Formats: sequence, C-alpha cells, structure tokens
Amino acid sequence: MEQTQILQILNEKFPGSVVEEQPKAIVIKGESFLGIANLLKGSDLDFANLHCVTAVDRRDKIEVVYHFYTFKHKFMLTLKVFLAMNDLNIESLANLWKSANWLERETYDLFGVKFLNHPDLRRILNPDEWTDYPLRKDFDRPDFYRLPQSEGLKAGG
Amino acid sequence: MNDPGTSFIKKGDELRSEELIVNMGPQHPSTHGVLYLELRLDGETVVDCRVHIGYLHRSCEKIAENRTYTQFIPFTDRLDYIASMNNNLGYVLAVEKLLNLQVNDRVHYVRTIIAELNRIGSHLIGIGTFAQDLGAYATPMFYCFRDREIIVQLFDELCGGRLTYNYMRIGGVQTELPPHADKIIKDFIKYERAKLKEYNELLTYNAIFLARTKKIGILKPEVAINYSVTGPMLRASGVKWDLRKDEPYMIYDRFKFDVPVGKNGDSWDRFKVRLDEISESLKIVEQAIGGLPAGNAVSKINKVYKAPPGEAYLRTENPKGELGFYLVSDGGLKPYRNKIRSPSFSNIAVLPELIRGLNVSDAVCVLGSTDVVMGEIDR
Amino acid sequence: MMDLLLKSGMIVTFIAVSAMFLVWWERKISALIQNRMGPMIVGWHGALQTPADMLKLLLKENIVPSGIDKLSWWLAPFFVVVPAVMAFVTIPFSDKFIVHDLNIGILFVTSITSVCVLGIFMAGWGSNNKYSLLGGMRSAAQIISYEVPLLLSVVLIVMEAGTLSMQEIIRAQEHGWFILKPNLALAFLIYLISATAEVNRVPFDIPEAESELGAGYHTEYTGMKFAMFFLAEYTNLVIISAVTATLFLGGWQGPILPPVVWFLLKVYGVVFLLMWVRWTLPRVRMDQMMGFAWKFLTPVALLNLLISGWLMVR
Repeated sequence: MEQTQILQILNEKFPGSVVEEQPKAIVIKGESFLGIANLLKGSDLDFANLHCVTAVDRRDKIEVVYHFYTFKHKFMLTLKVFLAMNDLNIESLANLWKSANWLERETYDLFGVKFLNHPDLRRILNPDEWTDYPLRKDFDRPDFYRLPQSEGLKAGG
Repeated sequence: MNDPGTSFIKKGDELRSEELIVNMGPQHPSTHGVLYLELRLDGETVVDCRVHIGYLHRSCEKIAENRTYTQFIPFTDRLDYIASMNNNLGYVLAVEKLLNLQVNDRVHYVRTIIAELNRIGSHLIGIGTFAQDLGAYATPMFYCFRDREIIVQLFDELCGGRLTYNYMRIGGVQTELPPHADKIIKDFIKYERAKLKEYNELLTYNAIFLARTKKIGILKPEVAINYSVTGPMLRASGVKWDLRKDEPYMIYDRFKFDVPVGKNGDSWDRFKVRLDEISESLKIVEQAIGGLPAGNAVSKINKVYKAPPGEAYLRTENPKGELGFYLVSDGGLKPYRNKIRSPSFSNIAVLPELIRGLNVSDAVCVLGSTDVVMGEIDR
Repeated sequence: MMDLLLKSGMIVTFIAVSAMFLVWWERKISALIQNRMGPMIVGWHGALQTPADMLKLLLKENIVPSGIDKLSWWLAPFFVVVPAVMAFVTIPFSDKFIVHDLNIGILFVTSITSVCVLGIFMAGWGSNNKYSLLGGMRSAAQIISYEVPLLLSVVLIVMEAGTLSMQEIIRAQEHGWFILKPNLALAFLIYLISATAEVNRVPFDIPEAESELGAGYHTEYTGMKFAMFFLAEYTNLVIISAVTATLFLGGWQGPILPPVVWFLLKVYGVVFLLMWVRWTLPRVRMDQMMGFAWKFLTPVALLNLLISGWLMVR
C-alpha cells in the first residue's frame, strides 16, 4: 500500500479535505477530521492501531501529527492537521481508539491543544496546577517557581 | 471532599463509609518506580483505579531540541534504563533514516548481537521482579541477576557502563567487540539454556505460581490493539505481531527464530512469553555471532551531522514493546522536534481496565506482569 | 518449687538463645539458597550479627503514633510473646527434663498458642492505620481457619497413642516413629502445612506481605516492641517444630547420643525444612489460602480420621 492510494480514497470520499500532500504525510482540514478518522477505522483500510499522537510548534501554527497503522496492509499513515495559534481546538479520537486518551492528554499538557469531547482532559506529566505549555517554542523557562499555597502555580520569576 | 484523592467519588456516595481509598505510591516496594495508583477498594476488591504518572518527568523532548543528534544519545539511555542499548539503537536508526545513511554489514551484526543480549537482560529483570512481587522473596530475583551479571560485565568491558551505555553511534558503534567476546557469548548461551530449564521448574509450573497468575488480568486482543499495547503484552493476548518478523529492520530477516504467543492474555501468559523470548534471543545471538563479517564497525563521535529538512518516524521492537522516534528537522544541526513514543506509556494506560474487580494482591501481580519502566513513561 | 524455678529459668534462656541462633541461621540459609553469603563481618561468619541487631533495636527511638487505641496497642506485644513462652511448659526436651508433664500436654500447647491471634488482632486494630488493620484481619481469619486441620491431625496422634501427655506419646513410639505409618504420614503433612499457616510463614505470610501492604500488622511498632513480635515469630517456629518432633518423629528417642541432643537435632531439622520452603515458594493469595484450608485440608483430615478410626476399631 502507498500513500497515494490513501490520498485517492480521501479525495473520493471527502473531496476538498486534503490541504496538502507532503512526501511523508497528508495534511487535512480540521473540520473533516472526525469523518476521515471514522473512515480509516471502519472501512476495508482497517487502521486498527493509533500509534502516536503528537504536535509540532511552527511558531505561526501548531501541527498535530497522527500516526495510524494497519496490520492488514502493513502501512503506517501520517496525518497532519494545522491549527492556528488562536484556535487550538480539534476533535478527540479517544472514543474510537483508546490509545488516544493518554496521548492526547500529553499533547494538551505540553502544547495546549484542546481536544473536544475528550473524556478526561487533564495534564498528565506536569503538575495539575500548571498554567504553562512547556514544549512551545516561545516557552520562557523561568528562574524559579512559586509553590502553590491556595491558588494555582504561576510560572514567574 | 476537595482533595484529589476523593474527587472521583460522585455526589451521592459521600455518606458511604465502607469504601477505602488506598494510595499505592509514589513510594512503594512494588510499583517499580515512582508510580502513583489511587485504588478505590470495597473490602478487598478494587472498584476503580486511577493512574498518576509524571513523577519522573525530565522533559527529554524539550532538551532534544537544544542538542545535536549525537549529543542526545546519552539521553536515550535514561529512557528505559534497563534496556539502554535498545533505546540507543532505536534513536540511531531513526536518525539514520532521516539522514538517509547506509551502514555496512558488520555494524548491523554487532548491533543485533548487543541489542539481543540486552533484551535477554531486560526480560530477566522483568521475570525476577515479577516473582518477587508475588512473594517469592528475592530468590528468583537473585538467580536472574546472577545470569544478567555476565551480560553486564561484557558491556562494562565494551563501553564502560553497567546500566547506561551510550554505545550506539550514528553510522556505527562506539568500540569494536573485544576478541574474547566471542568465547564469553558462546559460553553464556550454553549456560543460559541450562538455567532456563531451572526457571521453568522453580516458577513456571509451580502450583502456587499458577494459582496466583492464571486467569488474572486477562487482556483481550481487540482491547489490546485498541489501546495500542505492544510487545510481550500484546503477544501474550494471542496476537502474533513482532516487528522483527513482520516489518524487519536492520538484518532481522536473515535470522531464523520464532515468535512466542500466549493463549489467554493473563499474567501467566505474559510471564511465559518473556521467558520464551529469552530462548529465541539466544538463537538470534548464536546465529549472529556465527556469521559475524569482517570490517569496521566504529563510527567517529566528532562527525557532524546536518539533516536535510524533513521528518522520519521509525519504530523498533524494544523488550517492552514498540519504541518510536518521530524526528522533524528544519535543516540544522539540531532536531526541530523529537517525539519519543514509548511502549510503557501505552501499556500502562490499559491497567485500570485490567484490575477492576480484582483483589489488591492481584492488582500488584498484574502491575508486575506489565513490566513497565517509569523512565520511559515520564521521559 | 526451686526445681520449677530452675527449669523455667533454663527454658527462658533456651528461648532467648534459640531465637538469636534462628535469626542468624535463617539469614545464612536464605543467603546460600540465593547464591550469596549473608552476614560475614560481625563475628565468625556473622554469628554476632543478631546480638548487634538486638542492641540496635533496644536503642531505637520509641515512636508512638497518634490516634492509637492505647490499651490494645500497648498490650498487643505481650499477648503475642507470653503465650509462646508459656507453651514451653510441656515440651519434652529429654526423658528427664520437662518443666511439668501435664497429662493434657498436647491440648495445652495447641490452646495456648491460639491466644497469639488476639495479640495480632490487637496490634492491627490499635495502630490507627489502614494497612495494619487489613493485615490484622487477614491474619486472624487465616489462623482460625487453619486450626481445624491442625487439630484434626493432632487428634489422630492422640488416638494412636491413647494419651494426651507429651512424654507418654513419645514412649508410645518406642517400636517405631509415628511418621512411618501411612495414615500418620498424611497427618504429618497436614500438620506441617497448617502449622506453617499458623505462624504466618511463607507461603502463607499474607499478613506480613511486604510488597503489598508495607509491613502488615506490625507496621507501627519500633524498637523493643518490634523485637518482641520478631521473637514471638521465631519462638512459635520452635514450638511447632518441637511438637512435630514429639508427635511424629519420636521426640528424644534415638541410639547412642544423649536424648537432649536427639531432640534438638530433630527440632532444628524441621526448622530447616520450613526455612527451605520459605525461600523457595511464592505467596498464596488470601482467598486461595482460605479455600485451601476449608475445601481441601479439612475434608482430607476428616477422611483420614474416619478411616484410621475405623481401622483401629476393627
């Protein structure tokens, strides 16, 4: 199986959803994302395994990257969704693939991407009271942190 | 009712007094590192469980953005600190895919031998600590560590480290195998085959061990695939999937070995699959050391690698599961983004499903059988 | 009177020395099974390690947790140690040395050692600690359940010997140790398994399960009080080994060597067997343990009793 075959199927079933075709990934629009995810899981393509969910901060936008794998055709598909910095919302896949539950929580914790309809969107690696997103490129590491007394932890010098 | 420990009790339950909230961790003799499990018990049965991680978070991924490709290799040691060589290997292979670098045959053979020896070491620890959690008070653990000592001493001669090695390099390895390594490894293979029979007698078919682990923590194959569980945990559930056989990387397609599969997906199957994988790894090492080609495997450390803009995602079969590295490069000396997809992270997400309805003792048993390492989960 | 005092003094000394020896011996046996050396530095092969540890325990800070049930918590160690020491009244060390040969000897021993469960439960309850409470409750259930097969196998011996007195039971074995008879060999096995459960040793050491509940019912005890729990555990071990030696292995009988030496050899032989089992097997789960006692051991012991009784009457 090749990426071009997937691209063809996407263009048939969801015309206009593909924004860009990169050499190793397909970029799609956020609106058609849930529909495409359902197609990938349910159809003959049978992408049963959501291997990795992560994000890359490109300063003007954040790319959310998904790696899907199908045992049937032995192919790893990379899907990307570009999110503008002022609207970091995307549909959660936690109801389709349970592995997305923790992986999306991690992306939220490190980048601040909000996953709509996620069953339990909390921070996972950093303390619950943090208000910063460490893996963004504009994250300014402060010299010291104030311990929480009764309010949340504010990163500040 | 404001403390996080009781936050998942619903409104109407406030007056019930029989339910006990037991916090297992973060410091606890049996949670294999700093893992915090919040168990809600009814008598001795686990009604619900919440897994809290992040106590060992060292922000490896952010650090990676400020280090060159070679400078990050020691950081990969500290991910799954029991199988450091395999982590090194996964990272180095991902960088070589990004750079489109080819290596010669001898490098492949040396890497395979070392990685498989480390897999044996990691499984030995997994087996030993699992038996200890069940109450067999350190005797199996001492035997497993005694066997692992031979491997660790060989690695000590190779690269100077016993736990974290920093051995694999981009384009090769750090040093050559010493000339007597051949004899050490061949003796070890013979020795370990005899010892595996001992472990079968001591543990695998022992009546108490069977009673403690059979039918405990059954993981069904569909649930496992949905949770993206990989490695021995997936194979114990009956799914015959091993990256070394089904999507071979390096030169694994040249070796003959089997993939042990369990039947029911309970804790005994997970233990047995790990035990059987040790004998399969011994087969691979035997074949590799028999056919080691001549050549040069060493790669110089001060070579500077500049990656073309692009990305690469490569996964390898770690002892704990599938370790994936997602590298994004913008054309410089340092990666733009380095995402580590660790097997233990996904393996432990399935824990609440497995231990609902079990005893506290069984919860400890299931946690031991997942064989997770906190360094990998928290990075 | 003087005679009684002298004998009691010797017994107490024996218990103290024996406990020290057993702690050292257990550490050495576990070390050799696990392919290491054990204590080696303090004294010859670490023989002075136990007195050193006892001295350290005596010097430790006396921590009293808050919120405890004062009466239960302070009295619990005594309820565990005193019955264990008292059971030595009828243990026959030789044909001439026994503190008092009660004619209800074996009944006395088994009933006195049952009082220990009170001490364990008091320790668990009084400690104001979830882990200790769980440990205490588990232990109480375990000990009470395993008393039934234990007593059923002892009854068999009493039927065979025709008396409850310890010295008489030994004398009834003059023509052959009781373990050589098949139905009594089965009783020996049942007794040994039940006795291991009675003293909370692996494979039945759920109440002290380190990897699950901290340290079980004695989590909150430090210093001398902890030493008393420790002492009681090893004393109980010696008691059940002594009872095994008396009931099944012929007590102090044996050629050439003096009777005391034979008795001690047999007692420490059984202790060695129990220690060997401890360092080899994993732990049985709570509900499996209870099921084993009630659904397997008790019916087997009852059946054994019925068949032996019928054979005797015939």
